Amino acid sequence: MTQDIKFIQGNEVCVEAALYAGLDFFAGYPITPSSEIAEHMAVRLPGIGGKFLQMEDEISSICAITGASLTGHKAMTATSGPGFSLMQEALGYAIMTEIPCVITNVQRGGPSTGLPTHGSQGDVNQARWGTHGDHAIIALTASNHQDLFQITVEAFNLAETYRTPVILLLDEMLGHMREKLIIPKVDEIPVVKRLRTAVPDGVDFHPYLPREDGRLPMSDFGDKHRYNVTGLYHDMWGFPTSDPQVIHGLIHHLMDKIENRVEQLTRYKEYFLEDAEVILISYGSSARSALHIVKNRRKRGERLGLLELQTLWPFPAGLVRRKTRQADFVAVVEMNMGQIVDEVKKVVDQHKRVFLVNRVDGGFITPENIKDMIRLIQGRGV
Amino acid sequence: MAVHNYIRQRFFPHLWCPGCGHGTILNNMLRAVDELGISKNDLVMVSGIGCSSRISGYVDFHSLHTIHGRALAYATGVKMSQPRLNVLIPMGDGDALAIGGNHFIHACRRNMDLTAIIMNNRIYGMTGGQFSPLSGEGILCTTAPQLTIDRSFDTVELALASGASFVARTTSFHVREITKLIARAIQHKGFSVVEILSQCPTHFGRKNKLGDASNMLEFFKKNTTPFGSKAKQDNPELIERGIFRELDIPDYCADYERTIQKAQKGKSS
Repeated sequence: MTQDIKFIQGNEVCVEAALYAGLDFFAGYPITPSSEIAEHMAVRLPGIGGKFLQMEDEISSICAITGASLTGHKAMTATSGPGFSLMQEALGYAIMTEIPCVITNVQRGGPSTGLPTHGSQGDVNQARWGTHGDHAIIALTASNHQDLFQITVEAFNLAETYRTPVILLLDEMLGHMREKLIIPKVDEIPVVKRLRTAVPDGVDFHPYLPREDGRLPMSDFGDKHRYNVTGLYHDMWGFPTSDPQVIHGLIHHLMDKIENRVEQLTRYKEYFLEDAEVILISYGSSARSALHIVKNRRKRGERLGLLELQTLWPFPAGLVRRKTRQADFVAVVEMNMGQIVDEVKKVVDQHKRVFLVNRVDGGFITPENIKDMIRLIQGRGV
Repeated sequence: MAVHNYIRQRFFPHLWCPGCGHGTILNNMLRAVDELGISKNDLVMVSGIGCSSRISGYVDFHSLHTIHGRALAYATGVKMSQPRLNVLIPMGDGDALAIGGNHFIHACRRNMDLTAIIMNNRIYGMTGGQFSPLSGEGILCTTAPQLTIDRSFDTVELALASGASFVARTTSFHVREITKLIARAIQHKGFSVVEILSQCPTHFGRKNKLGDASNMLEFFKKNTTPFGSKAKQDNPELIERGIFRELDIPDYCADYERTIQKAQKGKSS
């Protein structure tokens, strides 16, 4: 059996994986460093009969994919920092109306225009808290092209399973880096199809009434069931309501369907954790340098380990607590001023054992950077 | 079929004030749909936020009540992904032309087969009577206690300049014209804009001493004239009604189908 091997950019991996997952609709707006996603979509989609739209801004892009998802299509948009900021209101709308879609953010340095051509992981908290009001969110990331392919397909799967927007957090390094990718064979990664209602024509359909397993079957706009979709608090038919009991039920449903399923939603990788005295926690492209230094130090007999998070939100608190129990200290490696480190501090037994190892000058955090900071933490000097 | 077959009765009574023009527009919009005999399953109504936008909940179509100013962007996604659907987008003047102004001009330019209906009462009613980009100068509003100094857009000129292939205007007084123009707009293949001047007696009329709803309707009767009429030449202050443009040019989805064919042909060769 020959393998389909490619040597491509991370942004292109995201496109190929989205197509594998069944995407046939993309809307976006050019922005560095995510533009290649739109460019590859524009090349690939018409050829398979899919639709590509270049919209007038990022707001309309996320709105367009939300509309397309309602007619039964798997849809995605892709952007970077400033565009992700613009999308926040419409992200909340997709959460409230429970419309599956994927929003890819290829992170660059911020705030504001910041560093368009340099990488960063500064939007981790924005992915969690960017839109207004209480809500839950799923945000995923990966550190290499093979994992990115898998995680992108999972982003679509989780969006469909939980009827929710899923944030895919890449960063400039990953998006623009080229490395080997083996395209998985058809069915090698399971693909979750849209769950459509079995309610027959003429029978009252409740688009917002969860089944016993918590899932909400959909009906395509244009199909036999006509229902209302609104960003207002709504009842099981989608009609606006100010009934406190219904409001209470909906906000808890929106939170619980994600926050009560942290274990099912957690994706991670671990390296040498069994006997690790020093545990690095990292994610995205930073995890590459973290893994490098862990392997390197292991060769010298130092007991370093790495916990690589692929699900950032909902934060895998239980996993992090379990895995770090035996460690002397935990170093969170990320390219921001400390976004995941705060979450780690919240869940480890002694938060004083947790340190931030970061780099925020636009440069890629190197194994050397990490090594130096670990030595400082250990009191060994650089 | 009677108009009530197209509404969701459980959603009534509606939230519009007594004397509001929006109910008249809803009624005559449904008559247009009825005349054309379009199946309710083939109709999608997409709206934004504001008094006018609540209209989408009242109709028994597929209905999408979205966020402020972005109705056209959501509608673009619906239509592009499922071109066989008829998509109606009722919007208020602030929704369509202030916060949604950018989407409006781009939707005009793109010429996707959508029907935009701008229910223009020259005021933000739901938030309590602030001026909109259609209020014009010298209007008393809650955010212009010394009268407005902002100049207004002309919706028709803006739509024409932005490339909409069907542009029309009428008022809530001219009820049969509403039905006729909306029916023509729905049938038109391409982006259509129908501006309907509507009265807000609660905020616009009361503050500006324009009398009650019937006085405001009378204003529409007396101060408008059919497009191209001699009356306009005699009195340039009159507002013109009717169809300003009806152009037969390819719509976006048809063009995109050709893009797909080109891409697939390129692949096989």
